[in-house]
Amino acid sequence: MNLFSLFNRRSSAPVARERLQILLSHERAERGRPDLLVVLREEILAVVGRHIAVEQDKVRVKMTRDDDISTLEIDIEVPNAARARVLLHA
Amino acid sequence: MAKVLVVTSGKGGVGKTTSTAALGAALAQEGQNVVVVDFDVGLRNLDLVLGAERRVVYDLINVVQGDAKLSQALIRDKRLENLSLLPASQTRDKDALTADGVSRIVTELREKFDWVICDSPAGIEKGATLAMRHADIAVIVTNPEVSSVRDSDRVIGLLDSKTERAEKGELVEKHLLITRYDTARARRGEMLKTEDVLEILSIPLLGIIPESQEVLRASNLGTPVTLSNPMSAPARAYIDAARRLRGESLVVSVPTDKRSFFGSLFARRVA
Ligand SMILES: Nc1ncnc2c1ncn2[C@@H]1O[C@H](COP(=O)(O)OP(=O)(O)O)[C@@H](O)[C@H]1O
Ligand SMILES: [Mg+2]
Repeated sequence: MNLFSLFNRRSSAPVARERLQILLSHERAERGRPDLLVVLREEILAVVGRHIAVEQDKVRVKMTRDDDISTLEIDIEVPNAARARVLLHA
Repeated sequence: MAKVLVVTSGKGGVGKTTSTAALGAALAQEGQNVVVVDFDVGLRNLDLVLGAERRVVYDLINVVQGDAKLSQALIRDKRLENLSLLPASQTRDKDALTADGVSRIVTELREKFDWVICDSPAGIEKGATLAMRHADIAVIVTNPEVSSVRDSDRVIGLLDSKTERAEKGELVEKHLLITRYDTARARRGEMLKTEDVLEILSIPLLGIIPESQEVLRASNLGTPVTLSNPMSAPARAYIDAARRLRGESLVVSVPTDKRSFFGSLFARRVA
């Protein structure tokens, strides 16, 4: 162990601080995204709900982000009786 | 007006349960009517830290499911008559805790106590979000260490989005409690500095609790540290934090335990 590594050992806290600042700025930016999903989910629920009785927790909205493509997945579970009613109307 | 306070962190083992017991006892020692509620279903510990483990008959889940009345489940502390505990269930799983049940119980507790202190489980899942759900105030327990700070940041995000207050467009009052703080290591630059943690999380500081043998001793005895040794460094730090919660503005310092004759001389001169 030389003097330099001794010095390095002492100053690990500033490294921690810098790593945290970078990491958290990314994570905070990402956290904005679920909000979009919440909005989407509610609006979808409202629109679909005008025609079919769907339960709150039966609407799932999911965003998958890859390097070059993102997919928005919407999954709505409809009760059988309700679907029958909609088909009759159609 | 009753205040609902959640003690939360994201990360486990940082000192939430210790802090719940110590802050609850400190507030009760000041004459406040306090209930501490253990939300760590399946891993209850608050009863042990408070030395009430052999007096648990009914628990939170029993009350949620209507098998017991709230008054039957509450355990009054033997030393502090205005401190009560609502224990978690040790045998049931977390799913037995429902949003409706929690809401009902918190409403009832608000009527009976000045402070309702909720000890959150670790994590950011249902148990943790239910514990913070009705909070007016949050104490975010953080160790000066990268993973703990990161998890605290995450929990702050939840407090700003998943709580009843957040949904009404109101704010949960947030306070940072730094625990297991090692003065010597901080001095050597081996631990994140308080200023760094404060800058990164940008919420006000409630207190700094030093790493201390007294905390272990207190939990061995089943007595909150503010009662087992009120003059010890962690006890003084918790007592000051409790006074800040009540609105007093005190300068934050890191109390240290007296080690030597000179140390105690110095401490007495300062006091
Ligand atoms: N200030 C402290 N000094 C020394 N040990 C501590 C301190 N705070 C907590 N501990 C210890 O750390 C461990 C975890 O604490 P606990 O309060 O159970 O954390 P959590 O509820 O966040 O999981 C326990 O063994 C406890 O005694
Ligand atoms: Mg705990």
